Amino acid sequence: MNLWQFYSRNAHEVLGSVGQHVFLVAISTGVAIVIGMPLGILLTRRAGWRPAVLGLANVFQTIPSLALFGFLIPLPLIGGIGARTAIVALVVYALLPIVRNTYQGIVGLDPAVREAGRGMGMTDWQLLTQVELPLAFGVILAGVRVATVVGVGTATIAAAIGAGGLGVYIFRGVAVVDDTLILAGALPAALMALAADGLLGLAERRFAWRGR
Amino acid sequence: MTPALEVQDLGYELPGEAGGRGRTLVRGVSFAVGAGETLVLLGRSGSGKTTTLKLINRLLEPTAGEVRVAGERAADVPVTRLRRRIGYVIQEVGLFPHLTVERNVGLVPRLEAWPAARIAARVRELLGLVGLDPATFLARYPHQLSGGQRQRVGVARALAADPPLLLLDEPFGALDPITRVELQREFQALEGRLGKGMVFVTHDVREGLRLGTRIGLMDQGRLVFLGTADDFRRSDAPEARAFMAAA
Repeated sequence: MNLWQFYSRNAHEVLGSVGQHVFLVAISTGVAIVIGMPLGILLTRRAGWRPAVLGLANVFQTIPSLALFGFLIPLPLIGGIGARTAIVALVVYALLPIVRNTYQGIVGLDPAVREAGRGMGMTDWQLLTQVELPLAFGVILAGVRVATVVGVGTATIAAAIGAGGLGVYIFRGVAVVDDTLILAGALPAALMALAADGLLGLAERRFAWRGR
Repeated sequence: MTPALEVQDLGYELPGEAGGRGRTLVRGVSFAVGAGETLVLLGRSGSGKTTTLKLINRLLEPTAGEVRVAGERAADVPVTRLRRRIGYVIQEVGLFPHLTVERNVGLVPRLEAWPAARIAARVRELLGLVGLDPATFLARYPHQLSGGQRQRVGVARALAADPPLLLLDEPFGALDPITRVELQREFQALEGRLGKGMVFVTHDVREGLRLGTRIGLMDQGRLVFLGTADDFRRSDAPEARAFMAAA
């Protein structure tokens, strides 16, 4: 059985898996943005917290993903089998690039721009929302892009703890040594990563103010 | 009439290590600037001119002395309100690259929540004042302007909310010599018409003598000379002589 025959016979199930995969990545990246951006902004205001927060995020990044999924299973509330645990792990991975790029994007702005804003009588909130975030948006988006692309790949492993998604075919294929089955999961995952990369890259260039 | 700006015995000392005394950047500076008057602060790099400006709009908090803007003690006014009443012009980087000319100039009025129609009218009026055609320039971004045009927009922006006092920190420093002289001439014409108090920081003696009603010469954080341009030319203070020799 080749790949196209597999897809045509199992179209419904494959589409369901693609949907699950998109769901896992979208929710986890979304949650990571909601947590990571304010955290990155906080670091620009509280320089003392930077080593601790970025260090911790870095450490999480080094835990092998399969191990992290495993560690989470026995934990109450956030653990167990299924999509919820997978999303927690994916959020942990997506956090570092988003926090780091938010922080770097703001800190890397020309200090004269910030001083001009303050000198004209902007409050810290106005400076943040009207000057710093719009100017740092391209860099922050680059962080979201990295987080999303990595998330698409990592989410295939979520199938190991019963979260569904395209990883289901890959694990099944590995178990029965069937290349077609592995490819049935890997190909759409790769395409999804490329699409996310391309779209977010486009948006990023649209918002890059520096160097003009 | 209350002067636009009074500075009394102003001082600034950097916070020292572990509670010790830090380096003193500005010490015992006093002057007053009336409406329609331009005080040029002249001095070498590191003489404390820019620091003095930042002490006036509280980008740095003075460690000694007092600043009064239009009679009001600067330290008693909420800092954002104080700064919105002081126009601030710095070298070209001060324009916001993500905002059009219209949004840049209308920034302080927008912070002060003026009605949109009044902001639009004010922005057009100011662009006309600094010699930029509103129809051509309103929708442009700073990167689409020449250095001289950017600087005009910077002056227009500082004037937007009609502040009684303007601080200018080497506003023409990054311009080519020809544009620079052109802008100095226009600035000279504006000075008389606007009737605002201005403090103009520069290290260029010729620019200072051309634009200043009075000259204040700074050296190592102190104001070592204060007087008219003619006084300055005739002064026999060694620091003033050194500057005149360089002109």
